[in-house]
Amino acid sequence: MEKLLDVKNLHVSFDTYGGEVQAVRGVNFDVKKGETLAIVGESGSGKSVTTKALMQLIPMPPGRIKEGEILFEGKDLAKLSEKEMQKIRGKDISMIFQDPMTSLNPTMKVGNQIMEGLIKHQKMNKTQARKRVVELLELVGIPDPESRMKQYPHQFSGGMRQRVVVAIALACNPKLLIADEPTTALDVTIQAQILELMKDIQKKTDSGIIFITHDLGVVANVADRVAVMYAGKIVEVGTVDDIFYNPKHPYTWGLLGSMPSLDSQDAELYAIPGSPPDLLNPPKGDAFAARNEYAMQIDLEQEPPMFKVSDTHYAATWLLHENAPNVEPPEAVKARMKGMATNASSDTEGERV
Amino acid sequence: MSKEKLVEIRNLKQHFKTGRHSVVKAVDGLNFDIYKGETFGLVGESGCGKSTTGRTIIRLYDATDGEVLFNGENVHGKKDREQLKKFNREMQMIFQDPYASLNPRMKVEDIIAEGMDIHGLAKDEKERKAKVQELLETVGLNKEHANRYPHEFSGGQRQRIGIARALAVDPSFIIADEPISALDVSIQAQVVNLLKKLQEENQLTYLFIAHDLSMVKYISDRIGVMYFGKMVELADADDLYKHPIHPYTQSLLSSIPLPDPDYERSRERFTYDPSNHDTSEEPEFREVRPGHWVLCTTKEFEHYKKEHGAVTTS
Ligand SMILES: Nc1ncnc2c1ncn2[C@@H]1O[C@H](COP(=O)(O)OP(=O)(O)OP(=O)(O)O)[C@@H](O)[C@H]1O
Ligand SMILES: Nc1ncnc2c1ncn2[C@@H]1O[C@H](COP(=O)(O)OP(=O)(O)OP(=O)(O)O)[C@@H](O)[C@H]1O
Ligand SMILES: [Mg+2]
Ligand SMILES: [Mg+2]
Repeated sequence: MEKLLDVKNLHVSFDTYGGEVQAVRGVNFDVKKGETLAIVGESGSGKSVTTKALMQLIPMPPGRIKEGEILFEGKDLAKLSEKEMQKIRGKDISMIFQDPMTSLNPTMKVGNQIMEGLIKHQKMNKTQARKRVVELLELVGIPDPESRMKQYPHQFSGGMRQRVVVAIALACNPKLLIADEPTTALDVTIQAQILELMKDIQKKTDSGIIFITHDLGVVANVADRVAVMYAGKIVEVGTVDDIFYNPKHPYTWGLLGSMPSLDSQDAELYAIPGSPPDLLNPPKGDAFAARNEYAMQIDLEQEPPMFKVSDTHYAATWLLHENAPNVEPPEAVKARMKGMATNASSDTEGERV
Repeated sequence: MSKEKLVEIRNLKQHFKTGRHSVVKAVDGLNFDIYKGETFGLVGESGCGKSTTGRTIIRLYDATDGEVLFNGENVHGKKDREQLKKFNREMQMIFQDPYASLNPRMKVEDIIAEGMDIHGLAKDEKERKAKVQELLETVGLNKEHANRYPHEFSGGQRQRIGIARALAVDPSFIIADEPISALDVSIQAQVVNLLKKLQEENQLTYLFIAHDLSMVKYISDRIGVMYFGKMVELADADDLYKHPIHPYTQSLLSSIPLPDPDYERSRERFTYDPSNHDTSEEPEFREVRPGHWVLCTTKEFEHYKKEHGAVTTS
C-alpha cells in the first residue's frame, strides 16, 4: 500500500512560564491509503498535539515544532507557509476536533456552517450546497434535516453537535481524515452508524484515517493498526490483532485491563496507579517506570529502544530485551487475549531495532 | 438500598419552542422514581432528552408540565428563596464537560468553595481552607492543588475538581451528566471507583447519565432507557442486560463495541425500526417481569410476557 502520510521524529514543545513542556517527544508513524490508524493513550499523552501539529494548528507561540518531518504525499507539511496550508486544510486533510462546541460557531446557523466549506472547496453554488447539507445531515442521522439546518448549535444536544462536526469533515471527501474522539458523545447505535459511514466513505475514496479514541471497543471495530502513546511517545504499535491479542508493553496491559466487561461483577475496577509524568521534566529512562510494577533497574536509567516483535509489531519496553525475565501480562488482560494464538505471533522476546 | 423514594418524577415535560410553529418535545411525559442510596442510570439515543431531563430536575429549566418531588416536596412549585436555597444544596450536578464547566480565571480553592460561600457553610477562612483541603484529598488530589488554576490539570483531574465542587455543600442527590465520557479508560476507572466509594460513605443517591453501557451497568442499580423524550424500558441493571425486552434496548445492547477485533469483524447488529410497533392504541408503561417495565400496547404486552415474562432463578 502507498504511504499517504509519513511522520518522522516529530517533536513538539510549548514554552510556558514554568519552562518547556515537551508534549511530543520523537514520534514516528505512517498512514497508508485506505488505512485506519487508531491512536490511543492516556489523557495528556500528546495525541491531540501530534495531530494538530500535522495540520499546523498548534498555537505558535507558545507551541513550536522543534524537529521532524511530516510528509504528506511526499511533501513536507512542516515547511509549508500558512497560505499553502490553508489550501490543504479542509480539502486534502480534514480534522474532526475533540470538542465539538469549540469548533462550531455559536452565532451561525448549523446549515450555513456546513455550506461554507462546500462553497469554498468544492466550488458548489448555494442551491447545490444546500442540497448536499441536507444529505450530509441525513447521513449522520439527524432527523428532520430541513428544519434542523436552520437552528443554532446550542439548540442541538451534545451528540448532535458532534455529528454536525463529522458532517463538516466528511463534506469534502478528504484524502486524510483526522478524527479526534469523533464519537465520544454518541450512544452506541448512532456511533455504529457513524463508524459505518466513515468506513463507507473510506472505501469509496481510499482515504486514510487517523482515529483518536479512548474507547477500545471502537478501536477494535475501526482500526487496521494501532499506535499506543505514553508521555509524548509511541510506546507500542502494531496491527489491531497484535495490540489486542499479543500486547507487549505494560502500559498497553494497563489500558486493556481498565475496561469493565459486561460480566464484570462488583469488584473495584483496575486503574493504572499513579499519575502521568511531568512533561516539563520528563523522567530519565522509561517514562512509564514509576507506574510500572514490572519495572527493572534499567528502566530508571536508560530509555528503552523500539524492539521488533514481528514485521508489523514494535514495542518500547525493556521487557523485550533478551536478558529480561519472562513476564506474563496480568490475568485480566490474558483473559482478553484468548484469540491470540491464531492471530498474532506470540514470541516473547523481541529483536532490537 | 432502601425502597424509600428520594426523587419522584411525575409526567415531566420539557418542550422547546424552536420556531413560530415548531416545538421540540425534548422530554415528553416521564414518570420514574429514584430510591434513596441508589444509582439510577439513564441511557438512550443521542438527542433523546437525557441532559434535558437532568437539567429540568435540577431546575436549570422550568418544566413545561409535570412535577418533581424531592423527599415528598414539589421542587417546581413556587418556593421562597430560603426553600430554593435548601434544594440547591441538596441537589448538585456534575457537568459533562470538565473543560467548559470550570471557570478558568478562578483558583481551584475558590471553585470548590463557591457553593460553600453561597450557603454560608464555613464560619471563617480557616474552616473554609480546611474543608477544601479535605475535599481535595477525598477526590484523590492533594492540598497543594488548591492554589492552581484549572488549565494546569489533566482532564481526569479536572473532572475530580468538578466532583469536589459538587460534594462541597454536602448534597444528598447528585446528577452526573456523562461524567466520564471525556476521560480515558484508566481515569474513568478512577472516577467511577471514587463515585462508588463516596456513595457508600455518605449514602449518596445518583442519577448517572452515560453512553458507555458497560460502565453504566457496572455502576447502576437500576437503568432507564429513553427514546425520543420517553422512557421505553426500566429495570434492575442485571435484568436489563440479561433480558432486554424493548426492541430499542435490544438494538442498543447489540451495538456495544467490544475490545475484541475478531468479534467486531463478525458482529451482527440489530437495528431498531420504530415503525414495527403495534399502533392499535397508545402504548403504556407496563410491568412485564417483576420490577421490569416496558412501554408497550396491550398486544405487545401479551407478546412480551410470553417471550420474557418467565422468571428463572439462575
Ligand atoms: N497550549 C498549551 N500550553 C502548554 N501545554 C500544552 C498546551 N497544549 C497542550 N499542552 C500539553 O501537552 C500535553 C499533551 O496534550 P494533548 O492535548 O495532546 O493530550 P491528549 O493525548 O490529546 O489528551 P486527551 O486524551 O486528554 O485529549 C499535555 O501535557 C498538555 O498539558
Ligand atoms: N435550549 C434548547 N433549545 C431548543 N432545543 C433544545 C434545547 N436543548 C435541547 N434541545 C433539543 O432537545 C432534544 C433533547 O436534547 P438533550 O440535550 O436533552 O439530549 P441528550 O439525550 O442529552 O443527547 P446527547 O446524548 O446527544 O447529549 C434535542 O432534540 C435537542 O435538539
Ligand atoms: Mg486530546
Ligand atoms: Mg446530553
